Amino acid sequence: MTLQNCLILTLFLFAIGVYGVLTRRHLIGILLSIEIILNAANINFIAFARFTTADPTAGAIFPVFVMAVSACEMAVALAIIISMYRHRKNLDVRELEALHG
Amino acid sequence: MDGSTLLTSIWLLPFLTGMLIVPVGRANHQLIKKISLTGSGFNLVLIIWLTLLFAARVSLAETGVDTRYTVLYFTLNVPWFSMLNIAYNIGVDGISVLMLLLTGIVIFCGVLASWELKEQAKEFFILLNVLVGGVYGVFVSFDLFTLFLFYEVAVLPMYLLIGIWGTGDKEYSAMKLTLMLVAGSALIFAGILAMYYESGIASFDILKLSRIRFPESLQVWGFPALFIGFGLLGGLFPFHTWSPDGHASAPTAVSMLHAGVLMKLGGYGCLRVAMYLMPEGAQMWVEFFLVLVTINIVYGAFGAIRQTDLKYITAYSSVSHCGLVLFGLLAMTYVGLKGAVLQMVSHGLMTALFFALIGMIYSRTRTRQIHEMGGLMKVMPFLSVAFVIAGLTGLGLPGLSGFVAEATIFIGSFANANPINRICTVLAVLSIVISAVYIIRSANFAINGPLNEKFNALSDATLVEKLPIAILVFLICGMGILPGWIINLVNSAIEPIVNNVTR
Amino acid sequence: MADLFLSYSYLVLLWPFLAFLIIGLWLGRYNRRAAGLLSVLFSGLSMVCGIGITYGYYRRVLARPHLFPDKTLLVNQFDWLNISPDLTVRMGIYLDPISVMMIVVITVIGFLVQIYSLGYMEGDEGFGRFFALLSFFAFSMLGLVVATNIFQMYVFWELVGVSSYVLISFWYHKPAAVTAGKKAFIITRFADAFFLLGIIMVGYFIGNFDFQDLNAPETAAILNKMFMVKGIGVNLLALSCLLIFAGGWGKSAMFPLHIWLPDAMEGPTPVSAIIHSATMVVAGVFLTARMFPLFAASALTLTIVQLVGAFTTLFAAVIALTQHDIKRILAYSTLSQLGYMMFSLGASQVVDNPTTAGINPLGYSASMFHIFTHAFYKCLLFLGAGAIIHTIHTNDIGRMGGLRKAMPKTYWSMLAACLAISGIFPFAGFWSKDEILLGAWQSGHYLTFGVGLLSSGITALYMFRLFFMVFHGQTTFGRQLKTEDPLMSFSIVILAIPTVVAGYFSKEIFSAYFSSPMVWAADKQLLPGHPLWLPVCANLLAVTGIIIAWYLYGRGDLSHVRLLTRRRGIGYQLVVNKLYIDELYLFVTHKIIFSYIAAPIKWFDRHIVDGAVNMVGRFLHICGTGIRLAQNGQLTVYLGATAIGIILLYVLGRLPI
Repeated sequence: MTLQNCLILTLFLFAIGVYGVLTRRHLIGILLSIEIILNAANINFIAFARFTTADPTAGAIFPVFVMAVSACEMAVALAIIISMYRHRKNLDVRELEALHG
Repeated sequence: MDGSTLLTSIWLLPFLTGMLIVPVGRANHQLIKKISLTGSGFNLVLIIWLTLLFAARVSLAETGVDTRYTVLYFTLNVPWFSMLNIAYNIGVDGISVLMLLLTGIVIFCGVLASWELKEQAKEFFILLNVLVGGVYGVFVSFDLFTLFLFYEVAVLPMYLLIGIWGTGDKEYSAMKLTLMLVAGSALIFAGILAMYYESGIASFDILKLSRIRFPESLQVWGFPALFIGFGLLGGLFPFHTWSPDGHASAPTAVSMLHAGVLMKLGGYGCLRVAMYLMPEGAQMWVEFFLVLVTINIVYGAFGAIRQTDLKYITAYSSVSHCGLVLFGLLAMTYVGLKGAVLQMVSHGLMTALFFALIGMIYSRTRTRQIHEMGGLMKVMPFLSVAFVIAGLTGLGLPGLSGFVAEATIFIGSFANANPINRICTVLAVLSIVISAVYIIRSANFAINGPLNEKFNALSDATLVEKLPIAILVFLICGMGILPGWIINLVNSAIEPIVNNVTR
Repeated sequence: MADLFLSYSYLVLLWPFLAFLIIGLWLGRYNRRAAGLLSVLFSGLSMVCGIGITYGYYRRVLARPHLFPDKTLLVNQFDWLNISPDLTVRMGIYLDPISVMMIVVITVIGFLVQIYSLGYMEGDEGFGRFFALLSFFAFSMLGLVVATNIFQMYVFWELVGVSSYVLISFWYHKPAAVTAGKKAFIITRFADAFFLLGIIMVGYFIGNFDFQDLNAPETAAILNKMFMVKGIGVNLLALSCLLIFAGGWGKSAMFPLHIWLPDAMEGPTPVSAIIHSATMVVAGVFLTARMFPLFAASALTLTIVQLVGAFTTLFAAVIALTQHDIKRILAYSTLSQLGYMMFSLGASQVVDNPTTAGINPLGYSASMFHIFTHAFYKCLLFLGAGAIIHTIHTNDIGRMGGLRKAMPKTYWSMLAACLAISGIFPFAGFWSKDEILLGAWQSGHYLTFGVGLLSSGITALYMFRLFFMVFHGQTTFGRQLKTEDPLMSFSIVILAIPTVVAGYFSKEIFSAYFSSPMVWAADKQLLPGHPLWLPVCANLLAVTGIIIAWYLYGRGDLSHVRLLTRRRGIGYQLVVNKLYIDELYLFVTHKIIFSYIAAPIKWFDRHIVDGAVNMVGRFLHICGTGIRLAQNGQLTVYLGATAIGIILLYVLGRLPI
């Protein structure tokens, strides 16, 4: 297992995440894709910490923060999504175009 | 109070008046109007005091003054934003004093003329005061940056004033007026910044900049940018189209102030900034602009002939008369410049009177179409006689202010030996016939002729309405019969400018 | 005493001005009767001042010719408008024979007309306003004649024009009056624009506006050069003289700018009497006379003055023959008489004789003499016409007749005036017309002389046509007519005195003092003398005219007239319709100026200029709409665009450019 392998993995994960964000029509799906992107970043942190620095703890702390924050974010996002669903009975992003200019 | 404090208080007072109105209850119209009237009246007193002080100083300094450079009186120069050399730099010369006086009179009469305003009086008078404060600021500033700042303050409230309190297609007119004037401001600002950087001293001080000879490569575009930018506000053809719509839609006091004073900011800027600071550029472009301005004069007059709305007629006549201001400036002679300044004052008084009268007549007849009126002389003799006097001023009748200014402009313009000047002078002189046509036509339709029965019950002006009319008529006649006092005020200011322009 | 009058000579203007202010601002609305009386009183005071000035002028100047070789005295001068350090407009009072003569004429006639108006305007709604305006007119007219410089003259010239305008449209509810006022004002204004141009031009080249400088021989020398405009040479002297003359052309209603004068008769009759016959319309002649030394240096100018004057004389006389409105007939006769004055000035240029080249001073003095006599009898005619209209309320002479019994005072005074205007010996008109004809004949302008002679015959014909149709013939009004108003007949009868005697008694004065300081004067000895056949011939022609008028109109039998006018040829139609000149003007103003210039400009302004502005707005709007399309609200699209953008930036940044 080398740094390069890890980076390739995260690249794929990141790309899958971005693809998901751009193409998913359902809000929950987009949320999941964002989760994948975040996790790709987390793996990157850990990989760099493991292979390049002398003290890997500094790198390992970041994913913990990220996971904590993303958990909160998910909670908030889900709450919004649920209220939105109650409000509009629909979570298709193509219908949500309040930002239309 | 010394002179410079006086100057500061003159431009500050309208803002203070505006602030005083803020805590007043919305429904208390009488108090709002009284505060405005007191403020503008007090300001007028201050300006008259200033004028007297100035006249005394000028007559003291009559001899031994260096006529090569503009001499300012009552100056105050405080660094404001010293990193960029922006200063609060105020002072006056004869032209500024005259313009201040004109503004003071017009706004005083304007407040009186809008005494009957009913809706949202509070906001109206606050904005009006802000606008006037900006106008005063322009006339006392001798720092380009503050001048521009005040200029914007004067121009922008117009949008709300027309858009909210106007009549007819007011949103369109307000939008058009504001956008066109702001486009002009952009040109002005570009010119100012170019001068700031090219001067080599990184200064906004007009007097300092006037001694610098800017490179021709700058002047060749800088002058037209500044001249068009200010000329836009002065009704320069073909950028005048905001004027008919804007004036027609604006409420009475705003029309008075706009045509009477704000359009003069254009001429003032052309004189003080464009021509004074870029004389070589002016020499390069003079023939082009002269032709444009001559078109202005003739075209405005012809445009007025076919209009049927009193306000449109007056607006087109303003285009024609403000064209004469620019025409006098472009004569590039002492007499021409003097005539231009006189024309600014004369036209200011005259259009203020015109728009005040039209507002009063409209408030009675509820129409501004001259075909629908007729015989008003019978029911409202006071307003009608004043209307005829305003009209006669417009067509340059001797004994009224218009003639003094126009004759001076024509003499000054003819004195420039350039054949184009001569030909344009001939055309401009002949345009007074066309002025006579549209003025007599509108007077005949509206004032004379058989009385329309609808108007049988209408009343003449009330006392509050008579006061501004009487003041303006008195001043118009005063300037026409004894022009000497005004000319003595400006004489000292013109010569240095001419010397610089023809250097 | 004489000096006192001279040093306070501005009072002659001040009285009427004060009357205007007091009545106009205050008294006219509160007490009409008092306003009228005040106005009459002040114009009387003005007349006293005017006569005092004449006396003072005589004592100070005319009695001491060695001190005042040019007979000119300037008093009460002050700086008015300081245009530049080297060019200042002054106001003041310029006394020389012609201005003093005009002061007398204006104040005396003004006073009489004001008295007359007390009766004529009785009960009119605008009684106070009328007197205020009449006083204002007197003020401006006096200011015009005493002007010391051409700029001052222009100032008062315009004031006179505007008082004429407001007085013509005095009955502002009458559309005809309003239109006539407009016409008068705009036509004179049109001429005045050229006048102003001329003033600006001479002011620039001479550096001064004073008449004394303008009339100096050096001025003509300075101006007499070619002025190149785009390769076309123009003689500056002729050009400036003609431009200045253009002002007089319009004000004195010379052909083809005459059309305003007949229409101006819509105003009240006292106004027609003082403004449109006796005083204001002669301002053009006065201007020409005032600038005469300069004009005399330019042969072209004098020729044009002469041609215009002579043509107007004949043309107006012919038209007067066919008109039916009593005031219009008088208006055309005024035109014709103004033509006499004008051509007399122009014809003073001696031709075809190298030994007598120069200017014949008789032309000048005769013209001034004619202004003087004409003022009285023409004013009388108008006042008489006003009295008739006041009594029977119609202007149409076809509906009048047999008024001799009802209005004896008017009848006899009008008879005197008709004889005077026809030039019958020894009435006032005879003397001045005789001198005019003699002047033209002496200078060798035989054609002009012939026109003048012929016109005097026609004058007698149309005046007595009017006279007989009004006073003789069948009485269509019974005994129920009211008697003549005493105030009105007072003025009429008083005016009859100068109408009879003014010519005989003032002939010597005019030939002695009115020979203007003529630089180019021809030697009087070399000009032909005064042949006896000339007045005889003129009188015979006039008497013939009267006899024809009697035959056609005087016997109460109009069958011959009907016979004459039954077959209405083209010529008759042309004359009745005043050569269709009004229609031509209407065509020019309405069709050309309104429809083909002003309307396209209005369209151009709304659609092209304003359209361009709106186009700019619309263009920005379209740009905005385009950008708006990209903003579709789909977050995913934004995100994708961001991603692609970042990649693009990265790639572009790495490009090896």
